[in-house]
Amino acid sequence: MTGAVEAAVTRAFREEWGQIVATLIGLTGDWDLAEECAQDAFAQALQRWPRDGVPRRPGAWLTTVARNRATDRLRREAVGAAKLRQAAMLAGPDGPGEDAAAASGVPDDRLRLMFTCCHPALAFEARVALTLRTLAGLTTAEIARAFLVPEDTMSKRLSRAKRKIRNAGIPFRVPPAHLLTERTASVLGVLYLLFNEGYAASAGADLVRQHLTAEAIRLTRLLAQLLPDESEVGGLLALELLHDARHATRVDAAGELVPLEDQDRSRWDANQISEGARLLEAALRRGRPGPYQVQAAIAACHATAPEAAATDWAQIAALYGQLAQLVPSAVVRLNRAVAVGMRDGPAAGLALVEQLKETGELAGYHLLAATRADLLRRLGRTDEAAVAYREALELAPTDPERRYLSRRLAEAIGPENSSKES
Amino acid sequence: MRYLLLICGAEEAHQAMEADGSFEADCHAWAEELRRRGALVGVEGLQAPDDATTVRVRRNEVLLTDGPFADTKEVIGGFVLVQCADLDEALEVAATHPAARYGAIEIRPLREP
Repeated sequence: MTGAVEAAVTRAFREEWGQIVATLIGLTGDWDLAEECAQDAFAQALQRWPRDGVPRRPGAWLTTVARNRATDRLRREAVGAAKLRQAAMLAGPDGPGEDAAAASGVPDDRLRLMFTCCHPALAFEARVALTLRTLAGLTTAEIARAFLVPEDTMSKRLSRAKRKIRNAGIPFRVPPAHLLTERTASVLGVLYLLFNEGYAASAGADLVRQHLTAEAIRLTRLLAQLLPDESEVGGLLALELLHDARHATRVDAAGELVPLEDQDRSRWDANQISEGARLLEAALRRGRPGPYQVQAAIAACHATAPEAAATDWAQIAALYGQLAQLVPSAVVRLNRAVAVGMRDGPAAGLALVEQLKETGELAGYHLLAATRADLLRRLGRTDEAAVAYREALELAPTDPERRYLSRRLAEAIGPENSSKES
Repeated sequence: MRYLLLICGAEEAHQAMEADGSFEADCHAWAEELRRRGALVGVEGLQAPDDATTVRVRRNEVLLTDGPFADTKEVIGGFVLVQCADLDEALEVAATHPAARYGAIEIRPLREP
């Protein structure tokens, strides 16, 4: 097979898989059949496209092949009247094809599929897995690897979720208006987790894991197209783009973490930053703020500052204050303390961190200790800073974070003392 | 689809329901509304688990136990059988049952032929 055909199949897989599976689920209500027939269609494409050429509309070609395959299988396997009726509907010339659906303004099947996969009656981890399997087309093995669980565990998780969708009657539809915002939040929660899982993966990490970021952005973009009036969708897309624009500079050539203030801003993706800022503005204009829009606004403050010293910390501190109102979380209050420390000086920041420490809510969280250490270092309270850095080192979950904290500890206690350390 | 709503709660929840002066009237109104919509198949309240007897047959011998089959803190105080379009409708029906404020309501889809 030529490279061009292979690339066309790969591209079609990325772009069309979710649509094909969603269309077949919409037609047959059978999730396993839908996935199997979609797989068959891509297998046929691999055989036929090198010989016959890549079709003009690969998505339509693949959908037709998958739908024919589903019709054949239903005809062969159908025992009940219901299945035969479905088969007749599939075969009929007046069947609700994807063109008819688009022309009549019927919501995209992929949108229905997103809401079904992310239904709150399913466990959160099952929502994540279903979304990756049915909408993004990752294999069970890939999803298992991305979430560090055995393939057998992931396979059971997916089967159980699909069984519950069928047995419990979880609907395949876009929720009615009175449920839409709440259910959209559930979809956004899944997409945000996918984005973060990929974003947090270090340079050396599994490619599947890094791939999650791109999938999250792609699915959020699709959701934003399909639900243009939900401002939090635009907020999440803006947030993802603004973070991802800095991706290349977060880790240096040696794989070491580079803090925001030391990142090479000329290598940030300017197009992505301006797209993110534009989307955020459009979302904010609707006048319905939410946690994703506020977080995107914070990311925009960082991404649009020409240099670290020009960062608008007053604005960031105010935004974290707003976020703390929307999302009562100790991590948000910790971030606010950092911003206040930048705006009003380390003593003000430290006072907030000490208050937070008193509550015990973040006990065992390495960034609480690391933040305290940084503020103590900036106040010149070196001995206390060293104790806090060592505490953070004990708690830090990844090697790059531990190496970063070790460097900071060495800086704090000075080169002479640091040689004694090692 | 049909769903069985199991009205569950610990002892304190059941006491709170009894102490709530309007609870019974609220339950009746809730059931009446469902009946009007044609969604109600059946509704019953149960005596306390203290009054339960559990039967098992082992090696052709009938074994009786005084009390419920599982000795749990949360007990079933009643059940409702409803006819709904899908789980979303069943969720709304369950969430509006007065007992949802005190205890918990387990929604079990029925095995349909």
